Amino acid sequence: MELLIGQMFAGLSLGSVLLLAALGLSLTFGQMGVINMAHGEFIMAGAYTAFVVQQSLGSAGVSLLVSLPAAFLVGGVMGLALEGLLLKRMYHRPLDTLLVTFGVSLILQQVARDVFGAPSVDVRVPSWLQGNVELLGAPIPLTRLFILALALACLAALALLLKATPLGRRIRAVVVNRDLAEASGISSRRTDQLTFFIGSGLAGVAGVAVTLIGSTSPYLGPNYIVDAFLVVVAGGIGQIKGAAIAAFALGVLQSVFEFSTTASIGKVLILAAIVIFLQVRPQGIFTLKTRSLA
Amino acid sequence: MSTATARRAHTARAGAAGNGAAGTPRLSGQLAAFGRSRSGVLTGFAAGAALLLVAAPALLPIFSLTLLGKFICFAIVAVGIGLAWGRGGMLTLGQGVFFGLGAYIMAMHMKLADAALFGGTGVPDFMMLYGSGTVPGWWEPFRSPVVTLAAVVLVPGLVALVLGLAIFKRRVKGAYFAILSQALAAAFAVLLIGQQATTGGSNGLSGFRSFFGLDLADPANKRMLYLLAAVVLLVVVAAARQLMHSRFGELLVAVRDQEERVRFLGYDPATVKTVVYVLAAVMAGVAGALFVPLVGIISPADVGVTPSIAFLIGVAIGGRATVLGPVLGALGVAIAQTSLASTFPSFWVYFQGLLFVLVIGFLPGGLASLPGLLGRMRRRKDDADDGSLPSASKES
Repeated sequence: MELLIGQMFAGLSLGSVLLLAALGLSLTFGQMGVINMAHGEFIMAGAYTAFVVQQSLGSAGVSLLVSLPAAFLVGGVMGLALEGLLLKRMYHRPLDTLLVTFGVSLILQQVARDVFGAPSVDVRVPSWLQGNVELLGAPIPLTRLFILALALACLAALALLLKATPLGRRIRAVVVNRDLAEASGISSRRTDQLTFFIGSGLAGVAGVAVTLIGSTSPYLGPNYIVDAFLVVVAGGIGQIKGAAIAAFALGVLQSVFEFSTTASIGKVLILAAIVIFLQVRPQGIFTLKTRSLA
Repeated sequence: MSTATARRAHTARAGAAGNGAAGTPRLSGQLAAFGRSRSGVLTGFAAGAALLLVAAPALLPIFSLTLLGKFICFAIVAVGIGLAWGRGGMLTLGQGVFFGLGAYIMAMHMKLADAALFGGTGVPDFMMLYGSGTVPGWWEPFRSPVVTLAAVVLVPGLVALVLGLAIFKRRVKGAYFAILSQALAAAFAVLLIGQQATTGGSNGLSGFRSFFGLDLADPANKRMLYLLAAVVLLVVVAAARQLMHSRFGELLVAVRDQEERVRFLGYDPATVKTVVYVLAAVMAGVAGALFVPLVGIISPADVGVTPSIAFLIGVAIGGRATVLGPVLGALGVAIAQTSLASTFPSFWVYFQGLLFVLVIGFLPGGLASLPGLLGRMRRRKDDADDGSLPSASKES
């Protein structure tokens, strides 16, 4: 029983990290058809923001609370810059955006190496997040619980934003039909920028979260980007709901696979599971309904 | 051989596709380009053959020749990517997997052969170090040279066949395909690293002494290996050119540009894509098998996500949709990397990143499209109302 609870929670915890990494990616993917390989480096930027904030503030507790909005801002601004400098020129070429942003991610990794050095750095966990709580006899790390809460909070905030605000309505309109939205007086340019700001900002927040469970290095991005992509693919492109379900499903599945085999075999099994799943639903869990034939 | 078969199989039905597809202005530009480049390609091919087979072995010291052989391996992978990505529109980010399959199969054989020749125990050295000291069952078939040579071609081909059918038959395409192929590379690298006792883990396999009984320390044998790689490259380029100019090649471009229309015409785009995906995988596998004896090591660092995507940059620079572009691009990037990365490692990464951004973002047709682009700009100036400009190759 304890083992089962422990495994379930490990899966949920993995899923919440995946969700944080994939939420922003899914948003920008759906909005502009842009596949942002540099999203992983935005996560890294968020992690280094947490590091820098802690270095300058000292207190682990205060700096965690400060670094969440700070990392959101850092990630968001980087996203805005990327969108403005490169991606806005590349509509209708989603595959090329993948390669362009891969080039950007190479550059950002090297910048991180040149600024912070190649060895990894650690962010201290605040005292109120150290230790475990008992859940039905199984120890649950508080940091993991915090990340789960953070992921759910981000999910809720994003869902609320999309559902209930004028900006959310504009975003949804542009996703469904860019030309029609434009004809109805929505500035798709401004909507793109805001979407990219929010999506990339979420990557920054994800970066702060991962500093609580591991160390930060210039190689942090590639560890998350592939899994985040898989979540987006399995969930259906641009579907926040799908991303949430896929993230937690993959998280639980991966922890089960890794528990019953080894970490590396588990990784391969996850990929096989996704390929098999796509045989049943080629467009992911949820599909955007459009009339386009392509 | 496959080209001829494909041509025969498609001649009966392909006429309609050719005409129908040529109806769109974008395609007619593409198809017209077939005829124009023919003599240029032949001259280039002959010059390249003379350079690779005669001039390079005569002029270069053995160290540089081996290095060139390594670059040639990358160029062979690039030819496959040019077919799948440039012609077929399938952005494959996982060619490292097929390269790695070919390479590891060859490496396993060489390890076993070395162990039998020099070890005495018959067990590869690293297994004595990390593992149980016995050869695992799935290594056993690769003791046989014949099985190894067949597996180098068949294993990557079969993996690509199964994946291609699973993905393309369900019409998973574009971004979904790219991401799945990328995930495949990630999973493969993780798998290799995780199985240290049987794959050498992140150290990979190295320290080979013989290649099918030939001493690898002997310069004459290294020269022979180089020539083998060069011949394979020439064969692969010739095959790719034939394929591109066949009915099947036209069908492939048609699938890239208007998959739905091709389906309406009665073809199955999934079959077309799978065939090319398998071909590209086989080329990568053979390149991997040549890479191992030439370079002397294969490790997960050569097959993961980043090297898999890095394969693409040469293809993009040279011109993804052309015959010789990917080869020249891959050779150029490999040479630049070797000469720059050792002296300025940090600069090289920035440079590589910028190359991706500039070429993909602003010159999607690669250097091969530059003369056409300049010519068109000049013509546009001369004749402003010429409406039928052939567009540069782009895919969605």
